[in-house]
Amino acid sequence: MCMNTVTRAHLSETIYTQVGLSRNESAGLLDTVLERMSRALQEGESVKISGFGTFSVRQKGKRIGRNPKTGIEVPILPRRVLVFRPSQVLKAYVNHQTPPVGGDDE
Amino acid sequence: MTKSELIAELSEANPHLLSRDVEAIVSTIFNEITAALSRGERVELRGFGAFTIKKRDARTGRNPRTGEAVPVDEKVVPFFKAGKELRERVNKGKA
Repeated sequence: MCMNTVTRAHLSETIYTQVGLSRNESAGLLDTVLERMSRALQEGESVKISGFGTFSVRQKGKRIGRNPKTGIEVPILPRRVLVFRPSQVLKAYVNHQTPPVGGDDE
Repeated sequence: MTKSELIAELSEANPHLLSRDVEAIVSTIFNEITAALSRGERVELRGFGAFTIKKRDARTGRNPRTGEAVPVDEKVVPFFKAGKELRERVNKGKA
């Protein structure tokens, strides 16, 4: 799958053209959106964006891993990881299908 | 946190903006990410993470209720990988 990459610059340009804020302010607001989401996740809170998906934090227990190169066992400490569950609507869009009616989540 | 709570927080932090505009900004961001993914593109937001799509081959699934075999078509699924900064923040937690 060949992949062009969309970056912050593209997104803030779209905000600039579609919402009509200045370029600077568009970039600033995009940063603020991502920062507010990050802050919630950092505190262990889920972030649920209807029609898009849910970001949540999952606690992982300790387990024994192995260095695949050397075969040496190393403990993997308990940690918290971020998982993203796409909504049915997003899943439908990426497959070029009609999103489920009234279709939000689950 | 839900989308509307996010919009409310942003409106509060930006009293000079109309809440209608704040809503439009937030929707634009997620709509653009959706549009990029459906064009087969990847979206990379430094410090936050990257959205990509992954291809899943066609397979034979099973109706868990009846045990009947059903064909599942090839499809793509959206995927998010947290960036280094966000991953570390989440792991460290509030602290």
